[in-house]
Amino acid sequence: MSTRELGCEEVIERLFDYLDRELGAQQAEDIERHLARCRDCFSRAQFERRLRAMVEASGTVTAPPRLHRRIRHLLDQFDSDETGAIP
Amino acid sequence: MSLASSPTPFPTWQPCPPRRGDSGAAMRHRDSAGQRQWFEERLEPLMDRLYGTALRLARHPDDAEDIVAEAVGQAWRRLDTLRDPRRFEAWLFHILTNTFISEWRRRRSHPQDTPEGHDTDHLEATEFTLFQQLHQPFLLWWGSLEEQFFNSVLEEELQAALDALPDPFRLVIVLVEVQGYRYEEVSRLLGIPLGTVRSRLNRARGLLQKALWQQARDAGITSGHQGEGGP
Repeated sequence: MSTRELGCEEVIERLFDYLDRELGAQQAEDIERHLARCRDCFSRAQFERRLRAMVEASGTVTAPPRLHRRIRHLLDQFDSDETGAIP
Repeated sequence: MSLASSPTPFPTWQPCPPRRGDSGAAMRHRDSAGQRQWFEERLEPLMDRLYGTALRLARHPDDAEDIVAEAVGQAWRRLDTLRDPRRFEAWLFHILTNTFISEWRRRRSHPQDTPEGHDTDHLEATEFTLFQQLHQPFLLWWGSLEEQFFNSVLEEELQAALDALPDPFRLVIVLVEVQGYRYEEVSRLLGIPLGTVRSRLNRARGLLQKALWQQARDAGITSGHQGEGGP
């Protein structure tokens, strides 16, 4: 597939597909080429990337100590079930 | 996580073919202590992300803990099905996701119900972009309003905004943006068409950004398009 110059409207329309890695290599490259020369679209892409990074970071939360204990106990129980030993 | 730097190599064992009627536990010939150590060494660094992901999916801390515990239990029981130890993390998170989805489906009385037909501000949510509110195109550098926004949004506020999204929208945005699933994978996981994944994701983002915009305004950040104020 040959490269083609994209307009801003098309880039913005496909921006989330691009950020979500849903585009093929050539399409992604076309968008990256546009972002390299268009300050407005680049700003938009950077903004959405940054917001997305925050959303991704929301998926990391300190696990409470009782969850750690619960899992240790769970694994101990499995082990004792298998060996017949009392944990 | 690199296995090359791990002190405990992936334990080798001889998985026996399952016999009918057998739970599988007695069939495993394995170095239990070594396997447990291997498992726990890889599990420990993932705990915060397992819990956080479960929390974004389930919203409630108690439910999140239940999901993580169930998922870890399943992973431990099924560890001998993991052929490539380098895939442990992806494999474990997949178990976590499936555990949540099974429970979610079980709890929902009408699994096919979607809010698409009931959302009265559908168009408004999909057309709204936070960037448009904050961006000041006349500036030569990244606008200070955008910077103010990112400085003002607290982790807890973002989490609350995500948690407030209706289930079908929250799930797709968590699966895509938190867990990194592709649209097709989400379509399979949730049993919905690819087009529905896209439209829900679009709406989820619109709703999330609207909520964050409201928080930004509450924090005193005004639109970059209002008056001559500027930064």
